[in-house]
Order: sequence, then structure tokens, then C-alpha cells
Amino acid sequence: MNNLLTVPVLLPMFGAALTLMLGRRPRSQRLVSIIVLIGVVVAAGVLAYEAETRGVQSLWIGAWPVGFGIALVADRLSAIMLTVAGIVTLAVLLFSAGQEEDEVRKETPVSIFHPTFLLMCAGVSNAFLAGDLFNLFVGFEILLFASYVLLTMGGTASRIRAGSIYVVVNLLSSSLFLIALATTYAAVGSVNMAQVAERMVELPEATQSVIQFMLLVVFAIKAAVFPLSAWLPDSYPTAPAPVTAVFAGLLTKVGVYAILRTQTLIFPHKPLTDLLLWIALLTMIVGILGAIAQADIKRLLSFTLVSHIGYMVMGIGLATIDGLAGTIYYTAHHITIQATLFLVAGLIQRVGGSSNLDRLGGLMTTSPLLAALFIVPGMNLAGIPPFSGFIGKLGLLKAGVSAGTPLAWALVGASVVTSLLTLYAIAKVWNRAFWGTPIAFTAEDDEGEEDTHAGRPMPAVMVTATLALTAFSLLLTFVAGPFYAYTNNAAAALLDGAYARAVIGEVVP
Amino acid sequence: MTGNLTLAIVATVLIAAGVYLLTERSLTRILVGVLVMSNGVNVLFLIASGPAGDPPLIDMFAGEGMADPLPQAMVLTAIVITMAVSAFVVTMAYRSFQLHGNDEVSDDIEDRRIRELAERDDVSDSYEDIVFSDTGEDRVSE
Repeated sequence: MNNLLTVPVLLPMFGAALTLMLGRRPRSQRLVSIIVLIGVVVAAGVLAYEAETRGVQSLWIGAWPVGFGIALVADRLSAIMLTVAGIVTLAVLLFSAGQEEDEVRKETPVSIFHPTFLLMCAGVSNAFLAGDLFNLFVGFEILLFASYVLLTMGGTASRIRAGSIYVVVNLLSSSLFLIALATTYAAVGSVNMAQVAERMVELPEATQSVIQFMLLVVFAIKAAVFPLSAWLPDSYPTAPAPVTAVFAGLLTKVGVYAILRTQTLIFPHKPLTDLLLWIALLTMIVGILGAIAQADIKRLLSFTLVSHIGYMVMGIGLATIDGLAGTIYYTAHHITIQATLFLVAGLIQRVGGSSNLDRLGGLMTTSPLLAALFIVPGMNLAGIPPFSGFIGKLGLLKAGVSAGTPLAWALVGASVVTSLLTLYAIAKVWNRAFWGTPIAFTAEDDEGEEDTHAGRPMPAVMVTATLALTAFSLLLTFVAGPFYAYTNNAAAALLDGAYARAVIGEVVP
Repeated sequence: MTGNLTLAIVATVLIAAGVYLLTERSLTRILVGVLVMSNGVNVLFLIASGPAGDPPLIDMFAGEGMADPLPQAMVLTAIVITMAVSAFVVTMAYRSFQLHGNDEVSDDIEDRRIRELAERDDVSDSYEDIVFSDTGEDRVSE
């Protein structure tokens, strides 16, 4: 029993209610949101410490007898995800606060933005802490609902177009999730993940496969894994920069987390791992080839996002402690770095007047600071040593080599190629946007909408928030030793059944 | 456990009809599809809860013949979520109607661009024609 587990979920919800009431006072709204998110980060940090020192923390809400109520569980994996997610959302919130301070609130209408943003945090926390599949579903729905609102914020033509695709795709995946839940309940009589895991082994293999496959498809849609990823590059780029940043950083990773959790907990006997490896390979290659073909920075980054999801799936597919540890480290790294890059893309659009490479040029002379802000996370994404991207990739490559199967070797090759092509994509942005002669901006973005703040200097708060995220990603390098040890423990704990023991108090075979 | 065939058929038909409507372009039809499909999914939970029984109220009915209350709680949650989703889709359809005079989901921008390029037999705008000259400077011709 640990009541701290409710804090990361309830605190943002109360914060959302409070900010909704403070709709006409933007300053107090910002203050409330920032305090709430700091609270979430602190709670997550404490949970991470407790998960390490005192084992898996669990709480049956409402003191229902074990097996009937809703369980919240935090093991090392959940705690890492929560902490990183909290830090990234905090930085993104600061970034958007800087944006509001400086300009008309066209991009982020304050009265809705803060409550929705906090609700999304609550949903993300709930999904990370959920101890049963239905609560995971509810967590997904909370964050999806908030994301529908954030994505269509302002209701412009392009956002409604992107939003309708996003909403319909997610509606379909939610329905599929419910079907999977009904099937699971009919098969094992519980949706608590620990109990499902315990009873799943008694089912016929065919039933197990059906349930596993349905859950995989659902989470693969959320995580934008290759054959199910087409919605992502189309819907993310139109949203305001802070929204895209937090979506790109967090929402797909919740899907990755769900795959990781269900694969290791409910289906620990490693079925379908070959399928996962194939999917990882295709996701990497197809995603990065898509990125290379893009002329718009935000779309290019969306495609690299899809591509790098492949790395995380690769670790899950390898299903060894090394592979899982690599995935956990890589996920933490990627949440940070992808959010940073989208924030920088927002700044580029602000300074250069466009995010289209054809209309950018010479930003190096216009704004050397922006160039520095871009190149560090850019190199990090490509996996240049000594950045955290290199450490994560190295971990995954080592896991692939030690697995030693032909398919694992193919993945090792594919991930090296993907890394190289990522470098190419980043270099392309660098060459065309930052080098060359400055281009007079046309003050009009892709959809033909007036961009009123183009060419104006970057507000200090926005730069600081971006710098803070970059610094955090560098911190992942500096503390790589202890942190990698922590992820290694997290991965080992995923495979030894500690989770189920903590939740239902029995040893799972 | 034994399933209920009638409910299974009802659920199948509802979900199939819902998926068919989801493939339409008009958001209003998609909305109807979502509603029909979610009803089908809710029926699946009824199958999962086993044979029908007494209302699950403690002290009013004997524990033996009670229906399983857990799937009912889940269905309630699902219904509430569907209601909220419908409200959002209706709003989106209305906004789309305000903006364009219809509520159709349009094509991906990239798809449209590629199609236009193919019709004009042109290269994509990310294509770079780089010429390296011998004078020591790189020239990037557009």
C-alpha cells in the first residue's frame, strides 16, 4: 500500500479543474500548472526511489479486496517513464508559457489549453501506473481525449482536417481495445494484468495468440508502428509547436510502454517475438526513408519519430534483459529528444517564418543560438557519441549481437543504416535551413495562413525551456552509468515476476 | 464458459456495419458507424459476463444466481466514453461544415501533392540537383 501512487494521476486532474476555473486569469493558470507538474515530477522521483529500494509499489484503490478493485502499480519501468514524462511536460509547458507571454494567444487559447494539457498528463500517468487492462484503456482514453482537443485547438481548416483523421483512427483502435478486453475477460475472468498473466498460461495456445495479437495491434496503432503508422506524420505537424512536442515525446511512448508491459507480463513465453522483430525492421527503414523525402521540418521529424519507434520495438522483440534495458533507456532518451526537436522546429518556424526547407536558409547568420539549439538534439537523435542516443543504440546493438540469430543480425544492420540515414536527414535540414544565404520570409505558412510573429526574436523563456530539455538529454549521458544500471534492474524485474507478486501477492509460475 | 450465440451474432452484425460506415468520407456517417460499432462492442461484454442472472445487489438476491457485475461496470464506462466521443465528432463535423460547407474527411496533403506531381510529371520538392564544379565552390542549382 502506497498512497503516493495516486498523486501523479489525481494532482493533474485537480490542477485541470482549478485552471478551468481560473480561465480568465492566465498568470494564475500558468502558476497552478507549473506547480502541479513540479509536484508530479517530485512524486514520480520518489516513486522511482521507492521502487528501487523497497520493490514494486502497489495500491488497491478504495481498499477493495485484492482482485476486485482498481490497482495502481509502480515498478522501476513505470517510475522511469513517469519521471521522464513529467520533466518533458514541465519543460513544454514552460515553453508554451513563454509563447503566451510574448504574443497574442492565437496559438494556444489559454482558457482551454492549460486544463486540457493537465488532463493529458493525468491520462499519461494513469496509463503508466495502471495495474489492470481496463484502467489502461481509461488512461488511454483520457489522454486521447485531451489530445483531440489540443490537436484541433483553434479549429482552423488544417487542424480540423488533421484532427478528423487522428480522431477516427484512434476511435477504431479504442474499439479494438474494448473488443480485446471483452475477449480477455471472457477467457480469464479478470482484467487485472497480474491475474491475467497468472491465468493466461492455462488457456489453449490459439486463444492466447488471439488476445495477444489484438492487444499488439491496438498498442501498435497508438505507438505508430510501421503498417499502422500512416496517421502520425499526417496529423502531428499541423498542431502548435508545444502540442506537437508533447505528443511526439509522450503519446507514442505510452503505446510502446503498453507493448512492453503486456509482452513481458502477460506473455512472458516470448511468442510473436519474430513478428515484432520484423515489424521493428520495417518501421525503422520505412520511417526513415519517409523522413528523407520530406521538405517540411515538422513532417521530417514526424517520420524520424516513426522510424525510431522501431528501435524500441526491436528491444522488446529481442526479449532479453539486455534488449529490454536498451528499450527502456532508449525510450527515456527518445521522449526527451523528440520533444526538444519539435520545440526547436517551433522556434525555427518563428524565426524563419516557415518550417518548409524551401523557404528557409541562412538561419546560421540570422540566429546562431537557434543553430546551436538545433544541432545538439539533432546529433543526439542521429546517435553521435557521446550523446544519449549513441548509448541507447549501443545497448540495443549489443543486445542484438548477443541474441545472434540471423534476424537479430539483420536488425543490427538495419539500425545502423537507420542511424546513418537519420544523420543524413538532420544534415539535410542543417544544410538547407541553416547554411546558405538568408531568405526573406514570406510570412505565410504552408496552409496559406498569416504567420504574424515571423522574424521576431525568440523569447527568453522559450529558449530556456528548450535549453533545459537539451540539458536533460545531456544529463542522460552524464549519469548513463547509474541510469543504465537502473534500467537494467528494471528490465530484469520485468522478467522475474516481481510485478505480479507485488500486486496479487502470489508467485506466478 | 458457454457463450450466447444470439448475442454473438448481434455483436458481429453491429460491428461489421459500424466498420463499414467508418470507411465513409462523411464525418456524420463515421459518427453513426462509431455509435453502431460501440454498441456491438458493448454487447460483447454481455457475452463475456456469462449467462444472465439476478441483479448484482447484495442482500436482495442470493449470491448464487447473480450476474457478474464487473463487465456491467466496464460497459457503463465505455458508454460514457462513447457519448463524449460522439459529442466531439459532432462538433468537429459542424466546424468542418462551417469551414468547407461539407463534413468530409479530406486526403492526406502529401498524397495530394504526390498525385499532382505525378500528373505534371514533375520531381518532388525535396529533390536536390547538386552540381559540383571544379572551381572549388559547391553550387546548388535549383
